[in-house]
Amino acid sequence: MSKKIHVTTTVNGDDYEYLCEPQQTLVDVLRNELELTGTKEGCSTGDCGACSVILDGELVCSCLVLAAETDGKSVETIEGMAKGDELHPLQRNFLDLNGLQCGICTPGFLVAAKALLEKNPNPTETEARFWLAGNLCRCTGYDKIVRSVMAAAEEMRGA
Amino acid sequence: MASILDDPKFDPERDLQIVGTNPVKHDGLDKVTGKARFGADFFLPGMLFGRTLRSPHAHAIIKSIDTSAAEALPGVKSVVTRDDFPEIPEGGVAGDMTRTAMAREKALFDGHPVAGVAATSDAIAKRALKLIKVDYEILPHVIDPVDAMKPGAPILHDYLRTKGLDEPSDEPTNVTERMVSKMGDVEKGFAEADFIVERHFDSKPMHQGYIEPQGCVADYSEDGQVELWCCTQAPFVYRDRLSAILKIDGNKINVQQSELGGGFGGKTGFYPEPIAILLSKKANRPVKMVMSRDEVFRGTGPVSGTDYTIKMGVRKDGKITAAQAEIVFQTGIFTGSMYFNGPNAMFTRYDFDNVYIESFEVVSKRPKGNSFREPCVPQIVFGVEGVIDELAKKIGMDPIDLRLKNAATEGYTTIYGETFGPIGFVETLEAAKKCDHYTSPVKPGEGRGIAAGFWFNRGGETSTAMNIAPDGTVTIITGTADVAGSRISIAMMAAEELGIDVDKVRVKMADTNSLGFNRVTAGSRTTFSVGMTVVDNARQCINEFVKRAAEIWDVPEDGVMFENGECRPASANVGEFEPLSIADIAKQTTMSHGAVTASASMNVTGAGPGFGLHIVDVKVDEETGRTDVTRYTVVEDAGKAIHPLQVEGQYQGGAVQGIGWALNEEYVYGEDGRLQNAGFLDYRMPVTSDVPMIDTVIVEVPNPKHPFGLRGVGEVPVVPTMAAIGNAIGNAIGVRPQSLPMSPPKLLEIIEQRDSAQAAE
Repeated sequence: MSKKIHVTTTVNGDDYEYLCEPQQTLVDVLRNELELTGTKEGCSTGDCGACSVILDGELVCSCLVLAAETDGKSVETIEGMAKGDELHPLQRNFLDLNGLQCGICTPGFLVAAKALLEKNPNPTETEARFWLAGNLCRCTGYDKIVRSVMAAAEEMRGA
Repeated sequence: MASILDDPKFDPERDLQIVGTNPVKHDGLDKVTGKARFGADFFLPGMLFGRTLRSPHAHAIIKSIDTSAAEALPGVKSVVTRDDFPEIPEGGVAGDMTRTAMAREKALFDGHPVAGVAATSDAIAKRALKLIKVDYEILPHVIDPVDAMKPGAPILHDYLRTKGLDEPSDEPTNVTERMVSKMGDVEKGFAEADFIVERHFDSKPMHQGYIEPQGCVADYSEDGQVELWCCTQAPFVYRDRLSAILKIDGNKINVQQSELGGGFGGKTGFYPEPIAILLSKKANRPVKMVMSRDEVFRGTGPVSGTDYTIKMGVRKDGKITAAQAEIVFQTGIFTGSMYFNGPNAMFTRYDFDNVYIESFEVVSKRPKGNSFREPCVPQIVFGVEGVIDELAKKIGMDPIDLRLKNAATEGYTTIYGETFGPIGFVETLEAAKKCDHYTSPVKPGEGRGIAAGFWFNRGGETSTAMNIAPDGTVTIITGTADVAGSRISIAMMAAEELGIDVDKVRVKMADTNSLGFNRVTAGSRTTFSVGMTVVDNARQCINEFVKRAAEIWDVPEDGVMFENGECRPASANVGEFEPLSIADIAKQTTMSHGAVTASASMNVTGAGPGFGLHIVDVKVDEETGRTDVTRYTVVEDAGKAIHPLQVEGQYQGGAVQGIGWALNEEYVYGEDGRLQNAGFLDYRMPVTSDVPMIDTVIVEVPNPKHPFGLRGVGEVPVVPTMAAIGNAIGNAIGVRPQSLPMSPPKLLEIIEQRDSAQAAE
């Protein structure tokens, strides 16, 4: 067995310190070591986006990042999106416009959409669709997801 | 009192307060914050991690399995193989199920489980798999169903004999069953036709494509009690089937469903669960198993591939006089494709008199086929609606008009014997004809197609319970799965009946030890069937509220009426009393009389058939063969949309699944029988940038057999999609494709043939 690696990181602003094996992915550690199961694992190959997290401001698939790589970095997951009782406008719009059905892809979409709106607060529908093309949803046909993102963007620009 | 099934008290004039609105769904908050727990999100103290070794061969005798090195690896706590499963003979349902879970005499497909390992970490479990030595004797295999029917094809099961032959045969075969469906006289019908069109079609297997891989935690106690957490569309069916193959009493297997991360039919049968239970039993510790995406593609149920011919005749006035089909359905390693839905539904929506359909179900070397939204129908409707479009062109009739001319109406008796009650096919076609999409001109360079679809809709065994808390709030216990948000629709129907705010109602999905049997959540049955039982629950509770109010006021029960969530004096003669709300009664009487509760268990009947029509515009890039869907409209009868946003979501989701099936999705096998595209990169499902907004038109022709008039809505939306896109591509490039998926290489071939045919003229 390989020697474990010591990692110090922040997740959603909280300090974490853990030991992981060199081959352990970030999604594995988030879910199975830190018990932050809001991040979902749908494919482990970076094709479905269910494990989307923000690493030092960049949107990544946490199945394609080794946990050891996050030493000294900051990770944002779905669990950090609401501030206490206050939902992020994306979360609220997904609820109000029914932008989710089964919900397994929802955390990934929300994190990816948050990263989009941080880079581009005023995306066109086409820009939103191409940005979110890395996230698979099999239930909704994407219509209400895109509407939720566009509505949240408009609300956030007005705020 | 008449049963709710006989007297649902449907009132088209009812002033609905909650049904038809769009409250935020109760399961939504946990799903946008990451709190919702899916199949892979359960943890128990002392839990082990399980992994499955799978056959790399499509067909092989398993001569021996040596697990000793794996067992010796530090951290490995249990290993199971076929030897750990109870002996069940080949050929029956239980025999098929146990051999689906774990290979026994032979490995039957690439990805077939051969052994399971539980270890203290996932990494150790994976390492242990590599230490298991399996001695295979490779046999010839066959995957294509037409090849599997040919004389001399490798036989998959020596015991198999074809059912339904006119003259029974004792020859080993890969054909499980032949079914003939007929009405009227097709020869006479074709003789009356002015034009006859006959075409050959085929489709490849595709995957349900749920984003959540199967995941479970099994905990086997030393007293023989099994606790199983898993993502499933069918907790009770899992319990009963696990009981049958593991020979454990049903009440000792308690299945607690998790949130379900998509299923679409693919989670109606178990995969890792029996292995996890046996690993837990052997290790005396809880075992978690989560499938990888590669395992999901290689090891779980795809949709039936098909190969079929359709022939139809039409008179110049638009009356279709005869319809005939011969269909081969590919079921995977065992029977159970539910292929009979194909012949029963393929022409149903039209008032045909003369029909003859001969269907065959054929086994082949891929996982046992599993349900997918309207099993075995959409891939056949692809051909049916293509031929109908061609007939419309022959007689120069608008394609919707031709369908209207032949539309089934109330009183028509179908090929499977049901006589339709009030149905909404004509209303659906008329709504489509006047919707904005159909009345807008087709853009230059694009093609437009339409197609229609039907689904029976289902009822079935359903149990629910309702508990009124002392503060008057309501809990509903259900045992169906919530595949897309049915909990809110169920809460809304209960709240409507009880006359209270929907936020005073919560729906809890029970484990199997807490409620009576519920059939699988599939076939668009849940909102309909559970709606029936919860309205029955509510009516039972209302009777009890009336009884208790009468007692409080000391008046006869018929002196109390229940209206808008309150008991009131039925007339001024009864006396003057302040109305008593549900909360008032619950507060005043729970201590003295016990809680107000109700339960209902019934085999729900009265499902109202559903009909839809899709309109699609496409643009085909003739250089690459790529098709872009530029506009899409779904028109469908919901009976009554309980939660319109949810209904729209079903329409939109079904359409986009169909777009994937139409344009890209298929299983690709190598010569060696191994699946070559077992991942989302190579098995490409539609992504956000592939599709436009999906417009919807909800038609409401009520089903009077339901208290609120609803029909199931989940199946129909995928049915017409491939046919509509096929017709649109046909109108764009001048040749209607006959093979699914209509992927770029196939379209390029069609375009090339078209061009060389034109050049030859």
